Amino acid sequence: MDYYYFTEMPYPHLPPHDEMSSMRLTMPSKLFDPKIGHQLLNRYLDEYCYADDMGLNLMVNEHRSSVVCIDVAAPLSLAILARQTKNARLLVLGNSLANRDDPIRVAEEMAMVDCISGGRVECGMVRGVTYEIFAANTNPTMTNERLWEGIDMVTKAWTMHDGPFNYEGRFWHRRNINIWPRPYQQPRPRIWVTGSNDFENLKTIAQEGHVYATFVQPHAKVRQLFDHYRANYVDNGVPGGLAYMAFVSVAETDEEAMANADEIAWYMRTKAEPQFRNVPGYVGLEYNVQALKGAYTGRTDAVRAQGLEYLRENHILIAGTPDKVELQIRQLYDRVGGLDHLLMMMQCGYLSHEKTMKNIRMFAQEVMPRLKDLGPCINRAWPAQAAE
Amino acid sequence: MLQPLTMPVTSEIVRIGEVEIEAQRRGRGQPLLLLPGEDALEIESPFLARLAESYEVILLWPPGFGRSNRPEWVTMDDVSYLCLDVMARLGLSKVPVIGCSLGGWIAVEMATKNDALMSKLVLVDPYGIKIGGPMDRDIADIYMVHPTKLAALKWADPSKGERDLVSRPDDELFIIARNIESCARLCWEPYMHNPKLRRRLHRITAPTLFVWGEKDGIVTPDYGRAYAAGVSGAKFELVANAGHLPHIEQTEAFFAAVNPFLA
Repeated sequence: MDYYYFTEMPYPHLPPHDEMSSMRLTMPSKLFDPKIGHQLLNRYLDEYCYADDMGLNLMVNEHRSSVVCIDVAAPLSLAILARQTKNARLLVLGNSLANRDDPIRVAEEMAMVDCISGGRVECGMVRGVTYEIFAANTNPTMTNERLWEGIDMVTKAWTMHDGPFNYEGRFWHRRNINIWPRPYQQPRPRIWVTGSNDFENLKTIAQEGHVYATFVQPHAKVRQLFDHYRANYVDNGVPGGLAYMAFVSVAETDEEAMANADEIAWYMRTKAEPQFRNVPGYVGLEYNVQALKGAYTGRTDAVRAQGLEYLRENHILIAGTPDKVELQIRQLYDRVGGLDHLLMMMQCGYLSHEKTMKNIRMFAQEVMPRLKDLGPCINRAWPAQAAE
Repeated sequence: MLQPLTMPVTSEIVRIGEVEIEAQRRGRGQPLLLLPGEDALEIESPFLARLAESYEVILLWPPGFGRSNRPEWVTMDDVSYLCLDVMARLGLSKVPVIGCSLGGWIAVEMATKNDALMSKLVLVDPYGIKIGGPMDRDIADIYMVHPTKLAALKWADPSKGERDLVSRPDDELFIIARNIESCARLCWEPYMHNPKLRRRLHRITAPTLFVWGEKDGIVTPDYGRAYAAGVSGAKFELVANAGHLPHIEQTEAFFAAVNPFLA
């Protein structure tokens, strides 16, 4: 199993939460202090570099108009890390392909970062959460269709090497696709796609052979999703796999680990107004029938209302002493039927630089070496050979 | 509280290629075409019962609404052509047309393409055109505002719009949910308008009446007046104590404004 360090790069220096109705999309930017932003962005990048030194892989993501995440363009942070790190796999999860104007730009950006890093890119392609729709003004009723047409274009742009070709699809028309540079990894970087509720889309991800990732859900739900993937997986030559994100907090004592976990769980307490959480057409009609009855709100309110112990029991939170964390990861691995990549949100909210560095160090030195027997589930030898 | 009407209705599906459009008939009298608003609250309002006392009301469900299907290629342009095709297929000629809100926009799109089948045109707080500059919010953004605030923009008295959806059967809720989704498909961007439509309004020759809720907070009466000014000879009537759906919120006053025009 592979381990990825992740912070969403939050900007938590805000007025009291009860004075705000939404921490996404509508927060005035006068509340952003550029000097604090300068410190935070550089601090977070330092922590990524430290995680690389400690032997962890790295994951970045992006959100726009949000205090939850001030990495607004994941290809930029990925490019910095490509140059500043040496060993880590560099996962971007992901490129918000449904919300980008030009998938071919994404193909080019990723190919360039792959060349800079010597073939370390793990390339997520996502439709983006509902909030991204407002920032990009994408029609919310066709984001899956845009995602898959975009993936088709990127894959072709990466793998067709005999000169220009044209593409006239439903969403994008290009007359001359011929990218320079092309990816370092051959035949192409792995593609990762995320999902949480949509079993039809999950089936497509499995049948296309891409890596599937899901975030902070109770392990019983993760098991359902992973089993569905396994039942439908087709090996397309570039290996797929299963990835899960949890909050992770390691410390010398359980009390200290849980105190830090409470800071990381700030993520669960961030606010957004209801109209931003469920946009028409983003989820299927069966969910929106429930929404009309007040039984679906567009996010995991039931999980969010729970305390840390519930989160830990369900492996949404992995926290404690190294012994306890090792045990929890083994339980998670068994309960979901095995997985390939554990994505670890190890920093969020106000968790300080010192505490974050310690979390990274303790995980890398005292937990990870004990788990070498947890083998890959679907993943196999990768990366493949570089371009000849 | 709004709830589905129990009056007799007959329904038929009109096929135009792969598109299936549902037409419903209620009442007796001279035929009249009704293009409902995006929420289709007309079918839950005494407005429709009252209209059906004087007309055979043919209510067209645009693609993606009611039981009409919505092939993936359908845009607002297609919607208007398809609705014109259905009018011709049903043999509707020289009939009055009432279009409300999104249905008003569809009616205008149809009329600018071909208004030969329309005897008169009644537009109730329609969307469809852009009036101001890039930073003017001509049409309140129904997707950005909190649901409570949206109700305050939409109704002079928001209690008039209350519906008990929890007790409705799932197949009815499925249609409501799909109507909401189809509205977003057609209206997301450009938001609730067709940038070309204003330059096409001169093509409308049918006598036209704009009816507007005095307290419409989604598209204001000033927007309505500017809209009406683009249609040659169009009349403009305000309905007091009504928001975006004056025909539903102030049904009596609505008919007082519309009946002399249709007579």
